[in-house]
Amino acid sequence: MTIAGRRVPFTACIGGVIVLLTVVMILFAPWIAPYQQTKIVGGVWDPPNAHTWLGTDSIGRDMLSRLIYGGRTSVSIALIATFFTMVIGVGLGFLAASTNKVVDNILSRIVDILLAMPILIFGLMVFAVLGTSIPIMIATISILESTRVFRLARAVAMSITVMDYVQVARLRGEGVGWIILREVLPNAVPPLVAEFGLRFCFTFLFIASLSFLGLGIQPPAADWGSMVHDNAQAISFGGYAPLYPAAAIAIVTIGVNLIVDWLLSIHAMPAGASAGAEV
Amino acid sequence: MSEDLLLQIRGLRIEASNGQVLTDGIDLDLHRGEVLGLIGESGAGKSTLGLAPLVYARPGCSITGGEILLAGRDIRKLDTNERRGLRGVRVAYVAQSAASAFNPSMTLMAQVCEGPVRHGLMGRREAEARAVELFAALDLPNPQTFGARYPHEASGGQLQRAMAAMAMSCQPDLLVLDEPTTALDVTTQIEVLAKLRELIREYRTAALYVTHDLSVVAQIADRIMVLRHGRMVETGATEQILMTPREPYTTALVSERRAAMQGHGVAEAARRETVLAVQDVTVTFGPVKAVSEVAFTVSRGETVAVVGESGSGKSTLAYAAVGQLLPAAGSFRFGRDLLPPSYKARSREQRQRIQLIYQLPDIALNPRQKIGMILGRPVAFFDRVSGAAVGTRVAELLTLVGLPADFVERFPGQLSGGQKQRICIARALAARPALVICDEVTSALDPLVAEEILKLLKELQDDLGVSYLFITHDLGTVKRIAHRVVVMLKGQMVAEGPTAEIFENPPDDYTRKLLLSVPEMRTDWLDEALARREIWRAGPTPALA
Amino acid sequence: MAILRFIVFRAALGVLTLFAVSLLLFLGTQLLPGDVASALLGQSATPEALAVLRAKLGLNDPAYLRYLHWLFGVLHGNLGTSLTTGTPIASVLLPRLANTLFLAGYAAIIAVPLAVGLGILSAIREGGILDRTASILSLATISFPEFFVSYILIVIFASGFGWLPSLATVYDGMGFWSRLDATTLPAITLTLVVVAHMLRMTRTSTLAVMSSPYIETAFLKGMSRTRVVLGHALPNALGPIINVVAINLAYLVVGVVVVEVVFVYPGVGQFMVDAVSKRDLPTVQACGLIFATVFIGLNTLADILAALANPRLRSGLRQ
Repeated sequence: MTIAGRRVPFTACIGGVIVLLTVVMILFAPWIAPYQQTKIVGGVWDPPNAHTWLGTDSIGRDMLSRLIYGGRTSVSIALIATFFTMVIGVGLGFLAASTNKVVDNILSRIVDILLAMPILIFGLMVFAVLGTSIPIMIATISILESTRVFRLARAVAMSITVMDYVQVARLRGEGVGWIILREVLPNAVPPLVAEFGLRFCFTFLFIASLSFLGLGIQPPAADWGSMVHDNAQAISFGGYAPLYPAAAIAIVTIGVNLIVDWLLSIHAMPAGASAGAEV
Repeated sequence: MSEDLLLQIRGLRIEASNGQVLTDGIDLDLHRGEVLGLIGESGAGKSTLGLAPLVYARPGCSITGGEILLAGRDIRKLDTNERRGLRGVRVAYVAQSAASAFNPSMTLMAQVCEGPVRHGLMGRREAEARAVELFAALDLPNPQTFGARYPHEASGGQLQRAMAAMAMSCQPDLLVLDEPTTALDVTTQIEVLAKLRELIREYRTAALYVTHDLSVVAQIADRIMVLRHGRMVETGATEQILMTPREPYTTALVSERRAAMQGHGVAEAARRETVLAVQDVTVTFGPVKAVSEVAFTVSRGETVAVVGESGSGKSTLAYAAVGQLLPAAGSFRFGRDLLPPSYKARSREQRQRIQLIYQLPDIALNPRQKIGMILGRPVAFFDRVSGAAVGTRVAELLTLVGLPADFVERFPGQLSGGQKQRICIARALAARPALVICDEVTSALDPLVAEEILKLLKELQDDLGVSYLFITHDLGTVKRIAHRVVVMLKGQMVAEGPTAEIFENPPDDYTRKLLLSVPEMRTDWLDEALARREIWRAGPTPALA
Repeated sequence: MAILRFIVFRAALGVLTLFAVSLLLFLGTQLLPGDVASALLGQSATPEALAVLRAKLGLNDPAYLRYLHWLFGVLHGNLGTSLTTGTPIASVLLPRLANTLFLAGYAAIIAVPLAVGLGILSAIREGGILDRTASILSLATISFPEFFVSYILIVIFASGFGWLPSLATVYDGMGFWSRLDATTLPAITLTLVVVAHMLRMTRTSTLAVMSSPYIETAFLKGMSRTRVVLGHALPNALGPIINVVAINLAYLVVGVVVVEVVFVYPGVGQFMVDAVSKRDLPTVQACGLIFATVFIGLNTLADILAALANPRLRSGLRQ
């Protein structure tokens, strides 16, 4: 198939389908899920059967319904966190690239120090002190991850601001706002969209890992990470219960990654953006 | 068929993966020791053709038809190993940009010796000795130790000669030279050209010399082939092509060069009121003086060309004039007004009166904005109008630069180089400036397109009375459009005055050297120029032999 | 000796960063809103209990004094006292650190040569079978959370074939081979995740180098593909690749945490997670500091090695 005259590879189409299904799941969860997420409908770790297509979980709730509702929780939180990450990172990154050297240096030094800490460790620390309510989680992740986005956004913006057409706008007397919004941003969209996808994947996996460690979203709200944690014991009995939410996490991440890969193959990231600052 | 015939190409067809045809059925004959010049504008297919004797096509392209016979053998039928044995050994390539053609992690000696050693032609010692010989023949400094340098430790001209040494290291039968002197300054070019010619003659190597510059190719080629859109337009002996071209395209190319050669500047009756006064301007970057106490004036309706080679400071001067760079000393005056050094401190009117046009239209136009917006915004900004008035004025501007009105809906990516530069000119005119600074605006364009732009600029000057400060390194351009000329060397102004005067009687050594170095479209020019340089270098009394 | 000066300078910068981060860590645990003492006591927060706890935690001293006190302690090997067990943290932490490093090292030894080798090969034969297979597999692996990979491996190799234990119990005095046996599954998990990242980044860096003009020059000189890759491309790709490896080793240090929890491996990661859920702040602080040191150390090493591998910088330093 083609979009805007360019052939879209098969892998990106698969990614697109997955993302679409995820969106449907988020928006229409109550209409799609067979049961309520807290309703007990069977025994402990029932195998898949006609009533419960994926079996039941550790206390007899329908796995499929909890997967659907859990997906809504997991994905939405990750999306919100990624949104804030991008807003902070891109905003500051563009600012650093477009204003004077002093501002740039200050921001870059602060970011360098924050970058020297792995997010997981720093996050664990914050959660130890402040607890793990959802707003705290979103805020912590956003602030820490925005440093990675800052680096990329700054590099992208700098590769654009050296262009003569930006200089033309400056000489004309255009303000910083106009230059960022009308000259820089339209040209920065492709790498930024790809970065959004990458950040979403990282955030999504990160939140799932946190929940898995018992530190993320608390029960009884379903969320894929904690579902794996709760059902982990099933493995020793030969059950597959924890694998369903884990597989769901993987599938969504793969889908987004496929689309991001396609975007990156069209528009390479500029030099200076650290390749895959995933930590 | 004489056994002197080295290369025979018949019906060569090279296509890109998107179906575009790069060369369409080209025939070519080349004898041993003969130099064939491949002339054409960008997109003519000359570089693609040049790579064919190496049985190589750039990624995304492939040779889809025709025969390539090297000494009677069809090299398209060779297998991979045989091809490798051919490249560098029997046919060698000299790239356009030596700086990027060399591996930054290896010394020059290692790269020059790699060919002969890896192909098993000679041992390392012998290869190094030979390399030193070639360095000496090419007049490189300290030939014994030059090879120990890394590419970033040598200058552009030195690298170009080193690349020639690398190509000659296996003593190939055929040398393909892809615009070898295009990236060099005029004064360096003449030396490299002379050395190349010497080398080719000494080893009786055949050569394909790819270039867009007729004057350069006249010095070195025995025959010329003119290419356009992948097809051969005309071919013949150099003299014949230059003196009596047959095809209209060839004629256009030749007369463009002739006009560049024969210009004597534009005469001026009397100088009118001063538009821009450059008063002892000095611009420094740290300890380096990029511009050093330069002073001259530009009058209304006048074109003043600022000429110099790379590093002369001419572009720096332009940026200082528009307020992008701050001078360390001196000032600019517009009429009587003293202009604040930084553009941020200047008023809207002051900024409006001086406009700048850049060299590369690709990065001077925002690829995500339509032409209507690129022109509309400055109009709205400077004229303080909106709505329909903007549209009218934009249409006016498009007509002024000779472009159709429906271009407002297009994006820059859909325009050709020349059209993009016209848009840049229109954008500058939107401010209704008194002075337009043109920073090498024709340097990146093909000769015929550049000629059109120069004509347009002249017309606009006659119609609107606008003045130009024309920054360029090309003396041919100066001769065609400039009333006055300023010559800069390493930041200093060494000559200033009416063009005709300065060029007829150069007041200083550097200007004279510069004028001597510009190739003319005569086959005997190079020998003459070298002889003149020797005399001039030796001083009024030649040294006793 | 300009090279030496550069190394010292860069190392000094690393140390400075470490101090800054330690400060951040300290601020993070000691100065965030919400009184630490009441958070710890929760329901049983009577004024007397709070006062006692505050005095015990030294919360009444001014902040900078507490920081210096802690830092001083750290530099002397005293990492504080655990709030939950009351024992000195260092005595528990250091053996666990050894375990974590063993596991990380085990994974790294396998992962680095595998990833870099495959990455380079994929780039050389871009679009070939190896490249496409490696791409698909690495894409899948980086999309899986570590615990998923762990569980799959457990299901296949522990529960399924029974070749390897599903719990990685190690203890002092264990034989080397039994230690290897216990840590193999977690090591494989880590390897898979890290290999995927490293492979992709190596591939990208190598491709970037392969599209340089001087590579074309080498081919036009008739050099064989092997010669071009080994003699021309690799020396220039070395810098970026070293950078990639170091970044991923740092990532390994972090990924260890989840794997340790799944396999109940007695390392620093599991220790830290435990401490977080018990709100044992001194322990969390100490663990954080250890991780930060390793992380910053690796990044600094990466910067230095990458700079040394760049010929321009090297010759610039020569003069």
